[in-house]
Amino acid sequence: MKNRLKVLRAERDWTQAQLAKELNVSRQTVNAIEKGKFDPSLPLAFRAARLFKLSIEDIFQDEEAA
Amino acid sequence: MKDQQGNKNNWAERCSQNTKQLRYWTAAWVLTSALMSFGPKFIWNYDTAITLLSVLINLGVGFKMILVNKQHLRGMDELHQKIFLDAGILSLGVGLVCGLTYDLLQDIRLISFEPKIAHLVILMCLTFMTGIALGHRRYR
Repeated sequence: MKNRLKVLRAERDWTQAQLAKELNVSRQTVNAIEKGKFDPSLPLAFRAARLFKLSIEDIFQDEEAA
Repeated sequence: MKDQQGNKNNWAERCSQNTKQLRYWTAAWVLTSALMSFGPKFIWNYDTAITLLSVLINLGVGFKMILVNKQHLRGMDELHQKIFLDAGILSLGVGLVCGLTYDLLQDIRLISFEPKIAHLVILMCLTFMTGIALGHRRYR
């Protein structure tokens, strides 16, 4: 699954640690999601969507569907 | 769907508290195990009632440790839960496969000593720690 987390974070000039704090996860988790090594759960995807005021599809894209 | 927005920013604090609890209950379990093992011989001269009480205390503390471990796992963030579960599956699998083989080694005369459960526990602990290290490396 591809995602725009890194781009969205950079647009806001946030560090991984700041984003992790906002999402209530570890920095390691944010890093793994950004690198595409780990797919977040639906609740975490919703939290990210709420934080960035976007829909889940605007942040996460299914590579197989693309 | 459970929302953690209300608990924002406190997963690290919660995880730290759960780790402390787990450390405390693991230490208590080790102590009650030691008491159960050595108490009958060195402290109360094999008094059946006291020995039975020490066994019950050990089991009680052991079950509490399991519950605290479960709470510790649930308090982790989702990546760490995955790493923990992957390591647990690896440890359980290796323990089952190697444990059954090890148990047969004396029967088929490949070893001369009786297989000990402690060796299996050590193997499972080492496998679990290796699994945790590999998981952290994988998602680094």
